[in-house]
Amino acid sequence: MPDDKRLMKGNEAIGEAAIRAGCRAYFGYPITPQNELTAYMAKHMLARKRTFIQAESEVSAINMVYGAAATGARSMTSSSSPGISLKQEGISYACGADLPMVIVNVARSGPGLGGISPSQGDYFQSTRGGGHGDYYHLVLAPKSVQEAADLTYEAFDLADRWRMPVMILADGLIGQMMEGVVLPPERDLASLPRKGWAAGHQADTHRPNNHVTSINLVPAELEALNRKRFARYDEIKSSELRFEEVNVEKADLVFVAYGTSARVCLGAMEAAKRAGLELGLFRPISLWPFPHARLAELAAKGKRFLSVEMSMGQMVEDVRLAVEGKAPVDFYGRCGGVVPTEEEVLAEARRLLGK
Amino acid sequence: MELAYGHPKSLKPVQSKYCPGCGHGVIHRLIAEVIDELALQERSVITNPVGCSIWADLYFDFDSVQPAHGRTPAASTGVKRMLPDHLVICYQGDGDLAAIGTAEIIHAANRGEKFTTIFVNNAIYGMTGGQMAPTTLVGQKATTAPEGRDPAEAGMGYPIRVCELLATLGGTKYLARGAVNNAANVRKTKQYIKKAFEAQMRGEGFTMVEVLSPCPTNWQMQPVEAEEWLEKNMIPFYPLGEIKNELGGAETKEAAK
Amino acid sequence: MTEKTFIAGFGGQGVISLGQLWVYCAMKEGLEVTFFPFYGAEKRGGVARASVIVSDREIASPLVTSPDSSVVMNIDSLPICEEIARPGSAFLVNSSLVKADPKRKDLKVIKIPCNELAESIGDVKIANMVMMGALSKVTGAVKLDKLEAVLRSFFPEAKHKFIPMNMKAIEAGRAAI
Repeated sequence: MPDDKRLMKGNEAIGEAAIRAGCRAYFGYPITPQNELTAYMAKHMLARKRTFIQAESEVSAINMVYGAAATGARSMTSSSSPGISLKQEGISYACGADLPMVIVNVARSGPGLGGISPSQGDYFQSTRGGGHGDYYHLVLAPKSVQEAADLTYEAFDLADRWRMPVMILADGLIGQMMEGVVLPPERDLASLPRKGWAAGHQADTHRPNNHVTSINLVPAELEALNRKRFARYDEIKSSELRFEEVNVEKADLVFVAYGTSARVCLGAMEAAKRAGLELGLFRPISLWPFPHARLAELAAKGKRFLSVEMSMGQMVEDVRLAVEGKAPVDFYGRCGGVVPTEEEVLAEARRLLGK
Repeated sequence: MELAYGHPKSLKPVQSKYCPGCGHGVIHRLIAEVIDELALQERSVITNPVGCSIWADLYFDFDSVQPAHGRTPAASTGVKRMLPDHLVICYQGDGDLAAIGTAEIIHAANRGEKFTTIFVNNAIYGMTGGQMAPTTLVGQKATTAPEGRDPAEAGMGYPIRVCELLATLGGTKYLARGAVNNAANVRKTKQYIKKAFEAQMRGEGFTMVEVLSPCPTNWQMQPVEAEEWLEKNMIPFYPLGEIKNELGGAETKEAAK
Repeated sequence: MTEKTFIAGFGGQGVISLGQLWVYCAMKEGLEVTFFPFYGAEKRGGVARASVIVSDREIASPLVTSPDSSVVMNIDSLPICEEIARPGSAFLVNSSLVKADPKRKDLKVIKIPCNELAESIGDVKIANMVMMGALSKVTGAVKLDKLEAVLRSFFPEAKHKFIPMNMKAIEAGRAAI
């Protein structure tokens, strides 16, 4: 075992990874099941003389991030589903103003207040631009505490590189469970690049004024801005796709699942193997951009797909878009905070294969 | 020869889009003059609200951040926490501050955030076209109060005195109310702004200057008439002066109060 | 080797710390681990359960739905554990509080009077440690040979004086098998 491997809750590992990535400001509001993250940041950000504020609402928290990000500082917020809904206004503004930030959703079941158990019911909201207007932002879905830490750390770099919010879409299970994790190295704040577009420090360079804003009342200009942003989205779609494939080549049926559901599918695959049945897993890690092209390739090879989700069927729409009717796509989901079991997922795969 | 009067450096030499008789232009100028006097032009950031003054970045010659409606104090919190040695101005109208952003201003003030809010109170929604504001006076007409603000029968509530409301909070150190309807009040308002900015740069706590400001267009008056209306109707309800002054140093207290 | 354990009891019995210490030790022994707790809505008392997996390879689902070993700390947990236990799996029962026998006959039932053993060592609060010693002996999945060091980092300095008592509880649990 590496000496630096620590046993941590997902929520805490996300917090520590953010601090190590150079997060200078955290703003949050209490909501289960992500409270350990806010508490972790309170303790460790304040101890390092960085900014931590328990805001009066999620609405305020995201706008504090907006202000901090506008100065070029690495900053973040976290919440769970109902709180993320409240942040959507701010996320739309951040996308309109091209502000980098990290937003963590430790998702719970809905709609409404719903329950506090894990869910993947926020897929649509996360990947379709959950607020008003034409926009997208990166969405990364970890399957383990280690990956939650790694993706959070990387999210700060991606946010800066692409000047957009990056969302970590976890769920209550990943937030609450403990696993071993090796944390990434601590970044020196002074080593982080200065952002030429940010507000403040004008005296250093006597540059022209910087205005961080999303408003533009001239239709032709706003259209041009949106088109420029979408050209950037195209670049992201070709360079930031992330996915994992397990046993896809041998398998007749390929599970498509992310996060916790993917772990369940891996368990079902092990059990299938013991029974002499080859199943595969295609696990999108970037939910936006979604790896459509690779799924289309697999469809062309004659695979059939079973999208397994902790929802009533959301990502399955992307899977169907990807395969364009060239392969059968089925769906199996549990919702309301119920996590599917390996046994029931395997049973569904067998039913579909008639084996 | 000394230049006795000129255009402030921190304000661009351009014509504004504000209506004739609007108070924003004067208030912008006061802010710019004080920034020049404190030599903070390249160390200032303003957060502009949704409302008529959303265009303030066309006029102020320094950096700006423009957040969502009412969220200006939250955004200013983020800006100031990251730039503690900068002058951060949270410019807000009455809809932004006292309606949609009530939670944000109360909690920013209560945390003692070390920026200065310039609260422009013209008792009406300007940009959207004359709707009732939280500060609209009882009986004052608006497109959404066509017979005048009626607190009881129509359930339209009462005008909010923001300075007095915030004065109870521990984080507020300086709350003053000025007006820009005549030269004397303009000069006084500038003193309040300067005191607030200086206090901010000393890191004393939350500071705010409320400015009673005419909106002839939406009040449906001529500019001169609007200034008189402000004097006769707004000032009696919204008394001018330092509503709260807990700044360190006796010299900062208003003289002969 | 993969050992999936389901632990159930009521709040205050040390169910959560049993699970955490189990995986902490397993991690120190070089294994992959997951620990997923479940509590009732009550902030005190109420149900406390944990899904705990240790393995020498990457762990798939962190939820234990067909446990290789079950730990039943109180009577209310008996039906819950019985319902999901894998046929033939180890079924460790705290016989101090669970006087009834499981209805199922396909389980390897092991009774340990955890509370009595803990009291005889000095404190009923370490009944969970007695159970952990028994779990180690029965499953062989986690040796617990690094437990003393783990406890030193798990407990704050002021509580280090209780470590010898905890170690005795582990031994008592092992000896009870």
